[in-house]
Amino acid sequence: MLRYAISRIVGIIPTLFIIITLAFFVIRLAPGGPFDEEQALPPEIKANLEAAYGLDQPIWKQYLRYLQGLSHGDFGPSFKFKDFSVTELIAQGLPISLSIGLSAVLLGMLVGVPLGTFAALKQNTAADYTTMAIVGLGISVPNFVVAPLLQILFGLQWRLLPVAGWESGEIRYLVLPVAALSFGIIAYVGRLTRGSMLEVLRSNYVRTARAKGLPEYLVIWRHALRPALLPVVSWLGPAFAFVVTGSLVVETVFGLPGSGKYLVQGAINRDYSLVMGMIVVYGSLIVVCNLIADLLYGWLDPRVRYD
Amino acid sequence: MTEVAARGLWADAWLRLRRNRASLFAACFILLLTLFAFVGPHLSPHTFDTLDWENMTVGLGGPNNHWLGTDRLGRDLFVRTMTGVQLSLQIALLATIVSFVIGITYGAIAGFVGGRVDDLMMRFVDVLYSMPYIFIVIILSTFIDRANIFALFAAIGAVGWLTMARIVRGQTLSLRNREFIEAARAIGVTTPRIVARHIMPNVLGPVVVYATLTIPQMILFESLLSFLGLGVQEPAASLGSLITEGAKEIESALWMLLVPGFFLVSLLVCFNLLGDGLRDALDPRER
Repeated sequence: MLRYAISRIVGIIPTLFIIITLAFFVIRLAPGGPFDEEQALPPEIKANLEAAYGLDQPIWKQYLRYLQGLSHGDFGPSFKFKDFSVTELIAQGLPISLSIGLSAVLLGMLVGVPLGTFAALKQNTAADYTTMAIVGLGISVPNFVVAPLLQILFGLQWRLLPVAGWESGEIRYLVLPVAALSFGIIAYVGRLTRGSMLEVLRSNYVRTARAKGLPEYLVIWRHALRPALLPVVSWLGPAFAFVVTGSLVVETVFGLPGSGKYLVQGAINRDYSLVMGMIVVYGSLIVVCNLIADLLYGWLDPRVRYD
Repeated sequence: MTEVAARGLWADAWLRLRRNRASLFAACFILLLTLFAFVGPHLSPHTFDTLDWENMTVGLGGPNNHWLGTDRLGRDLFVRTMTGVQLSLQIALLATIVSFVIGITYGAIAGFVGGRVDDLMMRFVDVLYSMPYIFIVIILSTFIDRANIFALFAAIGAVGWLTMARIVRGQTLSLRNREFIEAARAIGVTTPRIVARHIMPNVLGPVVVYATLTIPQMILFESLLSFLGLGVQEPAASLGSLITEGAKEIESALWMLLVPGFFLVSLLVCFNLLGDGLRDALDPRER
């Protein structure tokens, strides 16, 4: 197990390296540069600016310099947000994005797993069909439709929660964004749980547990739940990517100062270092999440062997 | 020994699909909506970009034949939504086809050649997989002239082949050494016939299922990009850009969100239902 974990952690390094390299060259191949504005700058000023940021050097030199900076945690200065380093920008936004994303995943699990289990226990009844119809809708309704609808209902119609805004992270400003983001997660987790729970409930050891007279809730709790959670756990890696995409939308709709917007703005503005910083940080987070999901999987499923 | 009339895989699948009423309904809905999206705009006296200054921001069933109301500039929402459905469907289809051609070729090569080539090719896929798709798409979208939405989606399709490649590779690899292939060889069936009768149907099933599930993903992606301001540009309309406009007007003109939202969600639901139905129908292992 420990050996497996170490080899997986070492395996992350080449993956990240390839991602960084690909992203670095692809973004620079895109037409236009950070200093192309509506009103063209005088050529000598543009040349000076480019020299100041090292953009006048050959691309492989820029690449090596970027790697060198990266190796001691320096993402470089932002090209567009003057006086801010990329590290500062991301450090401001990331905690907000992360807290919303993690809360959404947690909420998704806490609601999705019981929902799926419930549907599986009531297989082929009206309750099952209703639950699965709601879940099917949840998978299909994108969060840029859900989010404004939540704003209308809870913000404008019933005036229970603020429509948008942040106010230094008060809980009531977080409820709607997290709900909007977790909507899709609940649906996915519910569907996965139902499918695997159905399979587990048909297995021999569950029949044995029932035969020896355990009450149904104990059969589920002690015997069925853990193996039924396996597909959900392996979905957690992709779930993180899902949350990243969703947070771009949710942060826009609710006007939250998260880091998601830097990706889009950075790409439009050709703010190379900002886009790269986002890719490195988010890429690492995703790779780490995948790793955690894999290790969790092994811990939950004693049948997995590491050799 | 009595001869049993064998039903082919597709006839069998059709039979099973026909029994699944939800999928059948979904298929009909998709067909009808596609047809209507192309015919509907001709029934209305308006076009997607004419401005009706007398009737700005009118609601459902508005005057002057604005059946689904108008937006802030008095553009007819019915016609805009229908052209939006057209655009979203075309883009999704194009992206799906591109991702298919690449995915099938890549996966088949990796599966057939095997060995170190396979390792290397699939390792590359793994690396790309660890990036959120949206990152790659956002970077690509900076590359391409935004007026040419089809070029953008051909490009998105070109990144979206990863899952397809995995499916085809897995299928090819597992089929190559299966007993029924060996059995077919043993009784002297020729290679082209083995490919046509035994390999193709087994690969095609998952491919068709995944195709049906890729189209809604692409529709969603187009909408997402338009929402982020990276997709369709004014005055053209896609479902995503209409929803974006609508989301800004929820206080004064709720229908501007609900109308395109309804069509987007029902399209997505139907494609997902159809995909699920096809999976049940085409996967012979899950009877």
